[in-house]
Amino acid sequence: MAIEVRIPTILRTYTGGAKQVEGTGSTLGELITDLEARHAGLQDRLVDAGALRRFVNVYLNDEDVRFLSGLETPVKDGDTVTVLPAVAGG
Amino acid sequence: MLTIPRDLYEKIVAHARKDHPDEACGVLAGPAGSDRPERFIPMENAERSPTFYRFDSHEQFRVWREMDDHDEEPVVIYHSHTATEAYPSRTDISYASEPNAHYVLVSTRDDDQAEFRSYRILDGEVTEEPVSIVE
Repeated sequence: MAIEVRIPTILRTYTGGAKQVEGTGSTLGELITDLEARHAGLQDRLVDAGALRRFVNVYLNDEDVRFLSGLETPVKDGDTVTVLPAVAGG
Repeated sequence: MLTIPRDLYEKIVAHARKDHPDEACGVLAGPAGSDRPERFIPMENAERSPTFYRFDSHEQFRVWREMDDHDEEPVVIYHSHTATEAYPSRTDISYASEPNAHYVLVSTRDDDQAEFRSYRILDGEVTEEPVSIVE
């Protein structure tokens, strides 16, 4: 078992085109660091200065992690993490 | 070129009028890879602002999952400008994140005539495209 991570179209350049990848870790931050080892460049698109980037939404199962504990949010085997770019503008 | 059925075109304009002077936003979903908008999904503007829009993150999650379940994708992402022309702003360009989508801008600055234009936005580059409204 591992944690399933769903990758949006715009970030699939970092996953060789894969829609879905797997990783491990006990927090979201650790999971992202683990993914970075196999998908170099992904971390920088998700994290900036130790926090999630403002215009990236990350969900644990179906909850926005901003309403949980951000990068400190605990994750476990069997969870699904979904990354979606925020849709925003002026 | 964006080819859009007239009823969807009219729904977008009506949504933009209804939320004026705040910006309205939403999606037209269509079968993945078809480039054919079929389903109108008006979204909440979480910013409720005349100068900014952002999809509510929970609503976006539900809608994106629903599209995934139906093997659909966001063919069109639309929003309105309520005081300026229907051209992508600097923030629109920097946050554009769906490389396959048509970005539709509607301006409601004129009470009688809505301006409706479509763009591709890729790596910070904006390309306007013709809009064909079909019956």
